Amino acid sequence: MDLEILIENVLNAVTAGVTIGCIYGLMCIGLGLIFGIMRIVNFAQGELLMLGMFASFYLVSGGKVLSFLGPYWGPFIGALCAAPLVFAGGALLHKFLISRVSGLRTAGSLDEGHFGQLIVTLGISLILQNGGQIVFGSTPVAVRTPLSAEAFLIGPVYGAATVFLNKAKLIAFFVAILVAIVLYMTLEYTRLGKALRASADNPTAATYMGIEVDTAYRIAFGLGAAITAIAGGLMATYISFGPFVGFDYVIIMYSGVVLGGMGSILGAFWGGLTVGFVQQFSALILPPQLQNAAIFVVFLMIVLLRPQGLFGRSAERA
Amino acid sequence: MKQGTGPELRRNLAAFAIVSVVYLGISLLVTNSYYQLILALVPVWALFGVSWNILSGYGGQLSFGHASFFGIGAYTVTLAVVYWSLSPWLGIVLGMILGGVAAILIGLPTFRLRGHYFALSMLAYPLAILYVLQYLGFQEVSLPMHRDRPLVFMEFSEPRIYTAIAVGLLVAGVVVSLIIENSRFGLALLAIRQNELAAEAAGINARLWKMRSLVVSGMMAAVAGGFYARVLVVVTPDSVFGMLVSAQAVVVTLFGGVASVWGPLIGAAILVPLAETLQAELGGYLPGIQGVVYGIAIVAIMLLSPDGLFWTIRDRWFKPKAAAPIPDVALMATAPRAVRAGVPLLVVENLSRAFGGLKAVSGVSFSVTEGEILGIIGPNGAGKTTLFNVLNGVLSADEGSAQLAGQQMLGKKTFEVCRMGVGRTFQVVRSFPRLPVLDNVIVGAYGAGLTDHDALVSAVRALHQVGLQDQSGVAAGQLTNKQLRLMELARALAGNPRLLLLDETLAGLGRKECDSVLDVLAQLRERGTTICIIEHTMHAMMRLADRFVVLDHGRVLAAGLPRVVVEDPAVIEAYLGKKWLARQHA
Repeated sequence: MDLEILIENVLNAVTAGVTIGCIYGLMCIGLGLIFGIMRIVNFAQGELLMLGMFASFYLVSGGKVLSFLGPYWGPFIGALCAAPLVFAGGALLHKFLISRVSGLRTAGSLDEGHFGQLIVTLGISLILQNGGQIVFGSTPVAVRTPLSAEAFLIGPVYGAATVFLNKAKLIAFFVAILVAIVLYMTLEYTRLGKALRASADNPTAATYMGIEVDTAYRIAFGLGAAITAIAGGLMATYISFGPFVGFDYVIIMYSGVVLGGMGSILGAFWGGLTVGFVQQFSALILPPQLQNAAIFVVFLMIVLLRPQGLFGRSAERA
Repeated sequence: MKQGTGPELRRNLAAFAIVSVVYLGISLLVTNSYYQLILALVPVWALFGVSWNILSGYGGQLSFGHASFFGIGAYTVTLAVVYWSLSPWLGIVLGMILGGVAAILIGLPTFRLRGHYFALSMLAYPLAILYVLQYLGFQEVSLPMHRDRPLVFMEFSEPRIYTAIAVGLLVAGVVVSLIIENSRFGLALLAIRQNELAAEAAGINARLWKMRSLVVSGMMAAVAGGFYARVLVVVTPDSVFGMLVSAQAVVVTLFGGVASVWGPLIGAAILVPLAETLQAELGGYLPGIQGVVYGIAIVAIMLLSPDGLFWTIRDRWFKPKAAAPIPDVALMATAPRAVRAGVPLLVVENLSRAFGGLKAVSGVSFSVTEGEILGIIGPNGAGKTTLFNVLNGVLSADEGSAQLAGQQMLGKKTFEVCRMGVGRTFQVVRSFPRLPVLDNVIVGAYGAGLTDHDALVSAVRALHQVGLQDQSGVAAGQLTNKQLRLMELARALAGNPRLLLLDETLAGLGRKECDSVLDVLAQLRERGTTICIIEHTMHAMMRLADRFVVLDHGRVLAAGLPRVVVEDPAVIEAYLGKKWLARQHA
């Protein structure tokens, strides 16, 4: 009997870890794009996630723009529709604020302008959080779908052990995988992807090759914002959130990106998946308050054992 | 203390004394108790910023997790009062010690990481502690009152006393910071921030100095946190370990001006009252508006003054004199190093290093005798620079040995190899661009372990040797390529090395510039310095080198007198290809 419960718990932790982990993975890819291509520590990424959540909320539940799609498909299409909105917002942020303290302007200066970027992104984060409180109010909301209360049952697998697959999370999981694949193909096989990768590798050389690095960075920032926003929209179907939700997730995003190895898009995805897995598995053995502490302990252990991250490479020439 | 920094230090201390007195004077005039609290908090956050500035400003090791130390100080003071009725005066001292211990425990593993990885990993520590404290049930702990002994338990009915104590703690922090800034400690940190590998190659033990700065910084942050807990009377994990606490240290310092002791003071003096006033005036009105205004304020200032207010103000109104003259020190003529001709100084045997399947250096053996100039030549990718990197500990060797006067060099760290008496220059010059030339060179002298006075003498002598005495006050970033090469040479010379490893010192120089550098090298040989030099310019090498070692595909292709080596068909083939050789013989 005890074994059955154990097996059921482990199997459910695995499925929850995979589904939530992949959504985290998508969220991390957004940050990984910005971090990997522009080398900016963007503290406002959590707020971009929050904007994605609210964009999806207003499209689907609040403003009813997409309500004709119904409560089943609406939330997920809403999450995708949040992308262009947040993309535009991200590109504007880059044009007017971020580009002034990053990119070619600061390449080659001491510390590559990191200090300025920190303050500017922290400031943006404060403005968006508190501005969000003014505009959206501080009462938590959620994108309601009946799917978040329904589950597919698999099993009984062993004795009475059954696996519960939450429908909202499962669909969100498939959407996340799909978006990640499309993005990966875009970066790998299109001209845009090549321009972005070249700008990441060596901005100065990319300029000489006729790539408009500033534009490439703007697209990268917008794209990174949009991808994280989609993840936010997907998460909005199964959690409730307020304007300060970004805070909880920005650290998860950084853990994932650093774990995967900075500059690697695939790595960011695996990093996010790892964090999701650790979070779900720690719930099996640790009290709920310590779940987040477990993430940081595992994060520190992996980073200290493999300083370049799971998928990164590090090299410095003398 | 670094030689010649006395006047500057005295000026700074005097200015700070005036500011403190004026500040205390203002606090006498303020009667509103809320504003008095703000006046007590400004020095606390300034002190926290000063502590962050030591590690992250001077040393460039960005930490997003300084709340670890702040929180440890705060919880130590609080819990010590709660459980042991320990006076906060002693609690702050205890917190300071624990902050230092925590710095060692955190630093040991985390300094293996660099750059962004270090910065972000630091973020994880306070958050992990935060969740553990919440789990242990320390959500909200308040300091119990001990009305019978107010002095012992820092319970003053007169709030200005808190302000006075806070200013006192800040004074101590500023003095420590100024001492660091004006000593070899600070110079080592600045050098590490600007180019860690160059600092190591100049004999600076980067890991140790980073660790020292983290310990000092952690202790100082714990003091700030401990006093903060006493002033606010209630601590929660979020209010002392939270991300916003770490951010506060970063924000006040960067806003005010990084890598100057004045930066955190300016930042805290403007931002803390601003945030608190906004909170009080607007917070009740429209929740959130205070955060928006604060955010706009820091973004706007950073766009206008990216290095922080202090540097912008200084550059606009207090521009420092462009070039300080070279300090006047008595340079006693030193006797050239005695050379025992024919005695090998460096013996390399069967040295190998592979990158995956590529054997960059493979079974290389050669020796350099005292007083000799050995030229190492070979086509691009022959393994020349890798050979140097293995010799001075930047890379590890797979097998083989390399002995300097009978002592094994391999397996030692870069700074240790430097201290054995091996100076090194790099293929692409590695300077400390923001430091003046003299300080760049002094780094090399400090690296060799010289005292402050001897270091200055040795650096000035090295500058004379390479002919850069007139540029001593210029920032290295403004030098020409040739001057940079000479400066790097002087930095290597300042440690008085037995062996110099020069990596393409002549690269990118015109014919005339090349000749003047060659003259400097020839003089060095006259003074008994042994030199190993990698070079492509054949005519220069023919003039300079006593012997050649030719590398190709990681192996020694030929070795011997220059005339003989350049006639060797194998060497000609490696450089110019088979076809060329065939045509020569046809």
